[in-house]
Amino acid sequence: MTEFKNTGLNLLEEKGKLIRVNVKEKKNLLELNNLKTYFPVLGGVFRKVIGYVKAVDGVSFSINKGEVFGLVGETGCGKSTIGKTLVRIFNPTSGSIFYYDDVELKNGKEQRVKIDLSKLNRKELMPYRFKIQMIFQDPYSSLNPRFTVGDIIEEPLTVQRGRRKENKDTVKSLLEKVGMSEEHIYRYPHEFSGGQRQRIGIARALSTNPELIIADEPVSALDVSVQAQVINLMQDLQDEFKVTYIFISHDLSVVKHIAHRIAVMYLGYIMEMGPAEEIYNNPLNPYTKVLLSAVPEGNPRKKVKKQPLKGEVPSSLNKPSGCCFHPRCPIAKDICKKKDPVFEEKEKGVFVKCHFPGKY
Amino acid sequence: MGKKQKELLKVENLKTHFMIEEQKAKAVDGLDFSVFEGEFFGIVGESGCGKSVTALSVLRLIPDPPGKISNGKVFFRDRNLLELNWEEMRKIRGNEISMIFQEPMTSLNPVFTVGVQIMEPLMIHRNMNKKEARETAIQMLQKVGISSPELRVDDYPHQFSGGMSQRTMIAIALCCNPSLLIADEPTTALDVTVQAQILELMTEIKNKRKESAIILITHDLAVIAETCDRVMVMYCGKIQEVATTINLFENPLHPYTKGLMESIPSLTKKKKRLNAIPGNVPGILNFPPGCPFHPRCKHRMPVCEKVVPELLEVEEGHSVRCHLYNGEGKKR
Repeated sequence: MTEFKNTGLNLLEEKGKLIRVNVKEKKNLLELNNLKTYFPVLGGVFRKVIGYVKAVDGVSFSINKGEVFGLVGETGCGKSTIGKTLVRIFNPTSGSIFYYDDVELKNGKEQRVKIDLSKLNRKELMPYRFKIQMIFQDPYSSLNPRFTVGDIIEEPLTVQRGRRKENKDTVKSLLEKVGMSEEHIYRYPHEFSGGQRQRIGIARALSTNPELIIADEPVSALDVSVQAQVINLMQDLQDEFKVTYIFISHDLSVVKHIAHRIAVMYLGYIMEMGPAEEIYNNPLNPYTKVLLSAVPEGNPRKKVKKQPLKGEVPSSLNKPSGCCFHPRCPIAKDICKKKDPVFEEKEKGVFVKCHFPGKY
Repeated sequence: MGKKQKELLKVENLKTHFMIEEQKAKAVDGLDFSVFEGEFFGIVGESGCGKSVTALSVLRLIPDPPGKISNGKVFFRDRNLLELNWEEMRKIRGNEISMIFQEPMTSLNPVFTVGVQIMEPLMIHRNMNKKEARETAIQMLQKVGISSPELRVDDYPHQFSGGMSQRTMIAIALCCNPSLLIADEPTTALDVTVQAQILELMTEIKNKRKESAIILITHDLAVIAETCDRVMVMYCGKIQEVATTINLFENPLHPYTKGLMESIPSLTKKKKRLNAIPGNVPGILNFPPGCPFHPRCKHRMPVCEKVVPELLEVEEGHSVRCHLYNGEGKKR
């Protein structure tokens, strides 16, 4: 086998962290295999581990290039934890995160490889950090108040390619791209409104020319009128920079608007995944159906309707047995209490985790 | 909503100002509105538009200094609340007018049990003894849909989830059977499924008690659509539009209301692109002169930059503050 031009990649292959793949899997960008992220709970006099919060409990999906993948769910369903595990802010407990990349071989040919991000160490991970960037929820706390806007956007560039004169030009063009002007470069974050700060956060995420941007509730903290601006901006930037988004949000209408494919999460599991239109028009999992019916429609002729869903999301410290949704499910049967349903493909491209899909 | 109904709350030319760094911030700047008996009244607006300050002014809970209610009258059943002394005001708060706050987790006192917190207003306003108050508290918890209330009444707020805390807040607010309930963003901190439950509960309460009213303050137009009978849209401390909910949603007049509606993504309709309102919500210290919305408005005229438009009744029960509908230049 021909060696890679980049010696670092040869080392990765030796350690089994890099796998060569066929050109057929060209579309893929990211693939999660049975990813689990647990947080230990300490207790007792000796601070022993007395349990685990299973924030993400065996999640598998793959994302194609140029796609907007929406992750939705209620509080504590693990949607943000997935995002943070992907950039290794949290380390996964088990499972793998494959990142697909085209690399050059010594003989000048291109080879498609997948790299397991979950196994890389700090140093090995560095080049991939530039390729996966993140936009955070709270634009007030995710920008360093002691840095000027220029410094904030320039910092990732300095880390990526060192201090260069061109960096300033890149910063200026990025600021213009996100709808701000050059003069803002020497100002501090506190001088800006929420929407403008989120624009700065987006410019910072774009600065290293990433392939994948993980947007963790990017518009939740913004006012309605500004929210629409930021959503439009994110869509425009996607066309321009050809980035892929993972769009995490609790707001189902926003996700439906922006995402091509959607995964609905509950208690660390994906309950249903598929094309956005399909999920919204024909939900197969009762949870998806109930969640969608709870969203106010904005039609004054339809007043509040009776809610089939009782109770609240259980704690992920002690999840219900069997299917995690059975205590709240309107069609739960005995089997749901005992057996955990498998997450499998029910219709073309639609994956469901339920014993009785489409029965509700 | 005809005018035959009895007015429960009538606010006239209310002005609440805050002194920030020796500058006057006009948080609420000349409000006139009425809430009728048996009505579910909505106040909608973006952050900083003065919707919460309106509610706090009605209850006279504005911290003074820096805040001050500098002008206006708030009539509640023909009594001007702004002229009452503190003792009389205390008899109204939590008794005749009560309030539900946004953050259920932070507005309950963590060192008292839920039961004690529901009993407190009962013992103060209804002169109940401990035993009676406790029984009423259990009944109230049952009414707001908390299961096994006789056990949960001795729980502390941290043992309750977000939705249960909000239900408890509603129980506290309702225990003295108030004529007016003000709910300030009661579902903003909650998940959609829990939000639907709380809105259902509030609608049920309203339908049961015909002579009382609810004011719902929110930034979410969809929530307003599902619950309220009449809506008031606020921007920069001023009313921009008042109408019945159906009228407002089917025939919005103010460019700001139209903009808000177009900028919300919808679950049922497919939109390729959202029509966002350009610009930002102005800061409280520098509201633009003239019509405060003119820098962001696409129907801007020269007059908008100088003259503040009047709130005009364009059709019955539908008022709007915009030069487009002013005098002869009536555009429909």
